[in-house]
Amino acid sequence: MTFPITVDGRSVPVVPGQTIGAALHAAGVRSWRSTRFGGRPRGLFCGIGVCFDCLVSVNGRAPERACLLEAAPGDEVTTS
Amino acid sequence: MTYDLVVVGGGPAGVAGALTAVRAGLRVALVDSGARLGGQYFRHCAVPGAVPGAVPGAVPGAVPGLGRFLRQARALGERADVLLRHQVWSAAREPDATLAVHGVTPSPEGERPVVLRTRRLLIATGAYDRPLPFPGWDLPGVLTAGGAQALLKGSGVVAGRRVVVSGTGPFLLPAACGLAGAGARVLGVYEAGGALGLARRPLLALDKAGEAARYAVDLARHRVPYRTRQAVVAAHGEREVEAVTVARLDKGWNIIATRVVECDTVAAGYGFVPQIELGTQLGCGTRHDVDGSQVLTVDTGQRTTVPGVWAAGEPTGVGGWRLSELEGRVAGLAVVADSRALHAGPATGTAPREGAARAVPGVLVRRRVRWRRFGEALQRAYPVKPGWQGWLRDDTLVCRCEEVPLARVREAQDLGATDARSIKLLARPGMGWCQGRVCGYALSCLAGEPPQPPRRPIAQPVTLGALSESGEASAGVTVDGTGGARADDPPSHPNPPTRRNS
Repeated sequence: MTFPITVDGRSVPVVPGQTIGAALHAAGVRSWRSTRFGGRPRGLFCGIGVCFDCLVSVNGRAPERACLLEAAPGDEVTTS
Repeated sequence: MTYDLVVVGGGPAGVAGALTAVRAGLRVALVDSGARLGGQYFRHCAVPGAVPGAVPGAVPGAVPGLGRFLRQARALGERADVLLRHQVWSAAREPDATLAVHGVTPSPEGERPVVLRTRRLLIATGAYDRPLPFPGWDLPGVLTAGGAQALLKGSGVVAGRRVVVSGTGPFLLPAACGLAGAGARVLGVYEAGGALGLARRPLLALDKAGEAARYAVDLARHRVPYRTRQAVVAAHGEREVEAVTVARLDKGWNIIATRVVECDTVAAGYGFVPQIELGTQLGCGTRHDVDGSQVLTVDTGQRTTVPGVWAAGEPTGVGGWRLSELEGRVAGLAVVADSRALHAGPATGTAPREGAARAVPGVLVRRRVRWRRFGEALQRAYPVKPGWQGWLRDDTLVCRCEEVPLARVREAQDLGATDARSIKLLARPGMGWCQGRVCGYALSCLAGEPPQPPRRPIAQPVTLGALSESGEASAGVTVDGTGGARADDPPSHPNPPTRRNS
């Protein structure tokens, strides 16, 4: 009972109601952003929308917090 | 339209407050950033039982009281405007003495502004994890303890396969038990504090012993070692965590000896930071709680120092979900009394404090005092000791957003920055996306001062587009009845997830 979303072209399964961050983490993708200065890898940290480490772009929109955003069928996620 | 009460926060405090007011006939809206009501403690999956890899028969994140909370949430959804996926970034007094609550909600075109007008505001915004920095704490795989819990409760995802839990405070126990119960191998719970914290305090032993014992049994069943005076003091790995250094600590949390433990995930937490910026935006008075946190000052009716503004739960001091729910109910009763006084007497906008306080039955007031004392005793039992500052190296990031290492903080201090705010202005820690929420406590410790009240005129990042539109929104467009999804049904009748852009 899952549906797929794509993350940088790769298919990731989502259980309905999961956030994009949770789906990525569950699929073994634990970092999806590089920091501006040090180029350090980042993924989930606070998990509740406080730290902004987990920013992603969904369907071409401005960066959003992957830990808050519920995944929807057909979502195209791009990371930086 | 002007509401009688707007509640910000859909956890136990917010839902109890809103429900109490709506049952008395008030016009109520509740706003929450999440997709479902629950807050952190009652966070729950949209579709229970559909989680791959979960232990058969186990409901991920099921917590005591969840069933009752979901019934309350459903009752609230039937009678109040429940606006989910709405982030509140400001609350301000309008010229006509009402309050304007400004939020944004996602839409296909980007953020859409929403403005609610209300006579009264209840701040029930909860708290978030209080992390301490250590070398490698920004490696993927290092999460806050609350973050690991949120993954499990909200999405049914186990944070890792081989997990260490570290920090201080009673919250480490449910975090570890949750992970172990969901199939993770929890290699250890490292409690930096002393072993006798609970036993030395008879109050705690009396009141909370049952719960602590339950967790102890759980940990033993999953063969999870619980070690006091130990902590994760460094995380190692290239792209993500591969191992941690666990240290034995002295009383002041200075390192005595270390060993390396291989793991793929760390869940760490050193208490909580109450979320109070809506209150400080409005000028509400604050005080230092026992754990050093800034909290909103309230009276026996949960009223802040600003007329028309109430606060309940963690923003008035960290004390757990039962206390939060009780305070929400108390605030709801006081709000109802205030509204009745307004209708009965001259339209002053506020009832006399004593009148509102009398509206709250003595039994609730006494229970609140008792539970609040218990919360304070717990805070006292798990203090953060200054030795953690010795775990940091020069290149350890203090601020994750602006990537400010300890050396730059020390450099700013050498240049004459004596307080956290001056350090921030010189070296930029706390100036990034999270607005200092993650590093604020650590930075104030490094500066040698207690945390100051937050100065965040905008409580959530908001796009300039939404900001400019919100002027138009406050001129007339308010809730249109389509923007906010209602509270989901309880899990026994799962709804398909509401599309954000439907």
